[in-house]
Amino acid sequence: MTEQTTRLVLPSHIEAVADAATALTDFVKNCGASEEAGFGIEMAVREAVTNAMVHGNQEDEAKSVEVIFNCHGNELEVEVRDEGSGFDPASVPDPTDPANLMKTSGRGIFLMRTFMDEIEWLPRPEGGTVVRMTKRF
Amino acid sequence: MAELDIRERQAGDITVLDMSGRITIGEGSVALRSAIRRLLEEGKKKILLNLAGVGYIDSSGIGELVSSYTAINKEGGQLKLLSLTQKLQDLLTITKLLTVFDAYDTEADALSNFK
Repeated sequence: MTEQTTRLVLPSHIEAVADAATALTDFVKNCGASEEAGFGIEMAVREAVTNAMVHGNQEDEAKSVEVIFNCHGNELEVEVRDEGSGFDPASVPDPTDPANLMKTSGRGIFLMRTFMDEIEWLPRPEGGTVVRMTKRF
Repeated sequence: MAELDIRERQAGDITVLDMSGRITIGEGSVALRSAIRRLLEEGKKKILLNLAGVGYIDSSGIGELVSSYTAINKEGGQLKLLSLTQKLQDLLTITKLLTVFDAYDTEADALSNFK
């Protein structure tokens, strides 16, 4: 399998989350990932892009979210970049703690960690955050 | 086509919502919230969500299920779930919410467990 890359630049409104998911679906098929892996990758990408738009860019449409899919061998890497003021994943409480079970939000990071093999958040030198996720299949 | 299609029917005093599509941030989550809010305003407090046709749900949709459960309980009503797909069942297991929701495989079973 040769290396493939797709890059999207999306406006910061939640309707565009579906655009990222649609592009990902095609990419995952071409990449040779299983349906099972594809489901988990879509879940993680939707959550990452939603976080970037809502929490990172505060839905400011002057700011964009950049999404890069890269496939090489049996590995798919996704980067989601926002222009927000930074993010500390350690600040997000465990949504499966009994005290948090009935909260209506706060499960996105947990699902991203669940469905991807590797994940890290890095500050961007020019401002904002990049989340880099890898799935092997 | 709408992201989430919701059809309403009555089974005695229980309202069944047959749902198909996706419950994701934006349209899908809003459609579920609006439907539950309207039923509560109409005094319909025993609600069965038939999720057989829901192939995908994100964290926003999961949050909307929790919000619906809380809102209905607050009004003295009951919310139960019917026909979870395997993926949705896995998601609710991972998030430990299967311990919160009453979920059933058959409609007859679900209906008979409303008080």
